[in-house]
Amino acid sequence: MYHLGLLLEYLKNYMKTRLTYRADFWVEVISDLLFQATNFIFIMVIFMHTESLGGWNQNEVVFVYGFFMVPFGVFSCFVNMWNFSERYIVKGEMDRVLTRPAHNLFQILLENVDPPSLIGSFIGLIIMAISGANLGLPFEWWTIPALLVLTLSAVAIYTGIYTALTSLSFYSDAPTGILPLMYNIQNYGRYPVTIYNRAIQVLLTWIIPFAFVGIYPAALFLQRDEMRGMAILTPVVGAVFLAIGLFSWNYGVRRYKGAGS
Amino acid sequence: MLGAYFDFIRIRFLTMLAYRVNYYSGILIYTLNIGVNYFTWKAIYGGGESLGGFTSAQMTTYVAVSWMARAFYFNNLDREISTDIRDGSIAIQFIRPYNYVLVKMMQGLGEGLFRFLMLMIPGMIVAILLFPVQLPTEPAAWAGFLVMLFFSFLISSQINVITGLSAFFVENNEGVMRMKRVIVDLFSGLIVPISLFPGWLSSVLNVLPFQAITYLPGSVFTGRVQGVGIWNVLGIQVFWFLVLLIPIVWLYHAARKRLFVQGG
Repeated sequence: MYHLGLLLEYLKNYMKTRLTYRADFWVEVISDLLFQATNFIFIMVIFMHTESLGGWNQNEVVFVYGFFMVPFGVFSCFVNMWNFSERYIVKGEMDRVLTRPAHNLFQILLENVDPPSLIGSFIGLIIMAISGANLGLPFEWWTIPALLVLTLSAVAIYTGIYTALTSLSFYSDAPTGILPLMYNIQNYGRYPVTIYNRAIQVLLTWIIPFAFVGIYPAALFLQRDEMRGMAILTPVVGAVFLAIGLFSWNYGVRRYKGAGS
Repeated sequence: MLGAYFDFIRIRFLTMLAYRVNYYSGILIYTLNIGVNYFTWKAIYGGGESLGGFTSAQMTTYVAVSWMARAFYFNNLDREISTDIRDGSIAIQFIRPYNYVLVKMMQGLGEGLFRFLMLMIPGMIVAILLFPVQLPTEPAAWAGFLVMLFFSFLISSQINVITGLSAFFVENNEGVMRMKRVIVDLFSGLIVPISLFPGWLSSVLNVLPFQAITYLPGSVFTGRVQGVGIWNVLGIQVFWFLVLLIPIVWLYHAARKRLFVQGG
């Protein structure tokens, strides 16, 4: 309850700050949508030149992309640690956070909420509905619950990976260039992993498991039996990676000594 | 006077050297990007021979060269400039006896040289070892490519400067910067070569400056464009370099009159 109250207060605060720069707010929403559109254009261009991508047709790949957008929107809304190192370590704001009662990671996430990202999730749902209808996918009793569970698991995976990577800034004061580059890699989890060679498959499945935020869970709805086992494994992977992320974060905070001055 | 500008290149190079650990991880991740793109294209080609004028082997080379060129020309001048504007330090820079934009370009060049030596060349070697990349053998092609790469850097940095200076007019240009990054990556042909886009879109992109950053030099280096076509490519790059100077000069002068500092 206490945490929910904090969330509401921060959201109110967010609205106030954002309305100061109204034009930029809309530019940002549009640029988000444009980013999604570029990926969409990529899929369209691919299927102008080929019938199937590793045995998946256009509607299936589009459906996977739609699913991919849903957890990604939720993640971008609530977990945004893009400038963590510059803002909290280099400028010393971490000290302010640590003197307050709520958990430090929770405060940092709240200070960076980005609700417009949720628009992407809604568009993802619409894309899933359209391509699902094109494919004639059945709507089962478990569709909605499974969507919820898999979305939360995927968000947990993102959160775990990015929290673990961000906590590296507690160990080295140099800003790491890993985060922006990781953003490129996560996009590859939405293509049929079977097209990649063994090493990349293993990487995307077990080491930085971005295949679990796109192709595997989406395969469950697409009734791709060969990936059903992986789809069901998603919540487990989510729990494991979230635990790794939180552990390395808490461990890092304990080592944190402040930037001096 | 010129010596002072060269010092900006040198100092930025040395500053980058302090953070070189980033670039070792950069090599890994750029290689991974090339790898994933390579496998995606391989799946798209399937048994096919040619796509949008690229053979399968040329596409592999194109992907590798494009990403490695990005490793060189990419910089955050837009963010640096908008930070200077927003925290007010630009006021000090404006009264110093140098041209602010030129200094930024020099710093970008220092960073570019660093990225060239520490990220692009090692990354290229790794990519050649891992993927069937076919690089040209004639020295002329290499010399031509280096010149084109330099213009890629100039045009990309000019677009960054324009994006950064836009902070004078929209105050918070976070959204503009994000949009720029997305547009440059897609419309420069980094993600999809422009000849693969549907006809109407590629004819639009042909009159925009972005193709001069990645697509045109990449086409030359893969051997898809040869002979007189190479001079055309260079001509287009020089043309856009000159054209983009106009908005920069205009923005710079307009900005000096408009400057107001938000806090700081």
